[in-house]
Amino acid sequence: MGFERLLQGAIDTLLMVGVSSLIALLVGIPLAVFLVTSDKGGIYQAPALNRVLGAFVNLFRSIPFLILMVALIPFTRLIVGTTYGVWAAVVPLTIAATPFFARIAEVSLREVDHGLIEAAQAMGCRRWHIIWHVLLPEALPGIVGGFTITLVTLINSSAMAGAIGAGGLGDIAYRYGYQRFDTQIMLTVIVLLVILVAVIQLGGDRLARVLNKR
Amino acid sequence: MTAANTQLHDLGLPPRSAEQTELHPDLNRAHVRFINLGKTYDGSVNALQGIDLAIQRGEVFGIIGRSGAGKSSLIRTINRLEQPSSGRVLIDQVDIGQYDEDHLVALRRRIGMIFQHFNLMSAKTVWQNVELPLKVAGVPTLQREQKVRELLELVGLKDKHKAYPAQLSGGQKQRVGIARSLVHDPQILLCDEATSALDPETTQSILGLLREINQRLGLTIVLITHEMAVIREICDRVVVLEHGRIVEQGPVWHVFGNPQHEVSKTLLAPLQHGLPEELQSRLQLTQTCADAALVLRLQFTGSATEEPDLAALFSALGGRVRLLQGGVERIQGHALGQLLLAVNGSPHNAEELRNRAARWAQQVEVLGYGV
Repeated sequence: MGFERLLQGAIDTLLMVGVSSLIALLVGIPLAVFLVTSDKGGIYQAPALNRVLGAFVNLFRSIPFLILMVALIPFTRLIVGTTYGVWAAVVPLTIAATPFFARIAEVSLREVDHGLIEAAQAMGCRRWHIIWHVLLPEALPGIVGGFTITLVTLINSSAMAGAIGAGGLGDIAYRYGYQRFDTQIMLTVIVLLVILVAVIQLGGDRLARVLNKR
Repeated sequence: MTAANTQLHDLGLPPRSAEQTELHPDLNRAHVRFINLGKTYDGSVNALQGIDLAIQRGEVFGIIGRSGAGKSSLIRTINRLEQPSSGRVLIDQVDIGQYDEDHLVALRRRIGMIFQHFNLMSAKTVWQNVELPLKVAGVPTLQREQKVRELLELVGLKDKHKAYPAQLSGGQKQRVGIARSLVHDPQILLCDEATSALDPETTQSILGLLREINQRLGLTIVLITHEMAVIREICDRVVVLEHGRIVEQGPVWHVFGNPQHEVSKTLLAPLQHGLPEELQSRLQLTQTCADAALVLRLQFTGSATEEPDLAALFSALGGRVRLLQGGVERIQGHALGQLLLAVNGSPHNAEELRNRAARWAQQVEVLGYGV
């Protein structure tokens, strides 16, 4: 058990978290925008569709990650052809992270003052202008904060995925720390995870602060 | 032949001459016109009912009322931020009721709007805020720069273009709002309680700026407010709204000088001075002792354009005349105000004094006898 194995674990963790968070970002923001604008009184009002989508998001949000991961095994096999390894973990991680992030982004978007939307309409903005020039820029600091939380949650979940064969730091901690009582490995993994979370949290907070002009 | 002339013709009267039409700018030339406008929320609350109103090109038109009177809904029907439930809104004689998004976007570029809470984008600089309406309209960069620079200069914020709204004072924010509302060279400017969040001094400077814009650019300004002082400062005409209905309307001097409706009187109260309380308590309805002074209230409602000649007034009253309280101001060239006078030792009786005072003032009231 050496340095290389730990490095490989760290890379696997970053890969899992990186890919799934990127997909969560790209899908979650449009989803959040849709949830906000299609709501009653929104600029693309569609209450029925809004309720259906909202229920769907809530469904995935309410399933604990461990159960979701197991339940999704057939689906994962369908998508990546295997249920083992980093890429197999990306599927449930993404499916768990997307609704989670979408809900947080939705809250930030909802907090945008209605007066700003009204002002935008009054100045002759089309609806997509309002999304692009008003809703998203105004909610950006909150969205960055929400993405930071999503990343930290994903690191947490990826360790769980590691325990059932996804690889990464969680896998190492489970196999060496738990099954072989190797305290040194366990502590090293903990320190690595703490550093990773701290870097993400600090970076995210700083970025949110720079973006917030209020 | 217009509808009005058809009616005259039916009555056997000659049609109106062009000159007469000029003197009475008819409804067909109004810049903004409401016809039997109504707005109902959730099928129950009547926010607006039977609004008929014509706002002329180039005038500063005030809409006043207590909160919840429907002012906000009314002004928002002009750029269709609010969809009327019934009736029609005409802008330049065109009904905007059936406009789709394309038409609305075009319409809103002809109508600027400023807000009580400014509604500036917090994530954009002053420059970007003013530039935004041009950007979404697809105006080329060079033209945008020129226009934004020109307008920031007009509102006196040239050196603040890099600041974010959070770094500005309330008055400065409203100036940015005004600049933003003018980038498309609108013909109408809507002001939604534009000075209600500002202190009195800043209010004055913003109103001054609006006046200047009205005169320099010749645009029609429609403003809503709950402060009569704002109306007095810049409006030409005013309507008083209560429970979604128009209860009084006319030139500002007229409504100020002789308010008819209870709401107008209430709204005007803060601007008027009553009898000082200490005198009020000593006032008696009948003359109990011989040397009690008669207290008269003389009101100048603005129908005379000249301020009262005090020497002539006092000599007509006779005896010793003391000024208890009073003031006269000019609104739109009309003298408005009131004088509270205490007269004693006059050879004339109360009735006669009242008649004499009435030669100078439009309304005279005997309040009682002061000791």
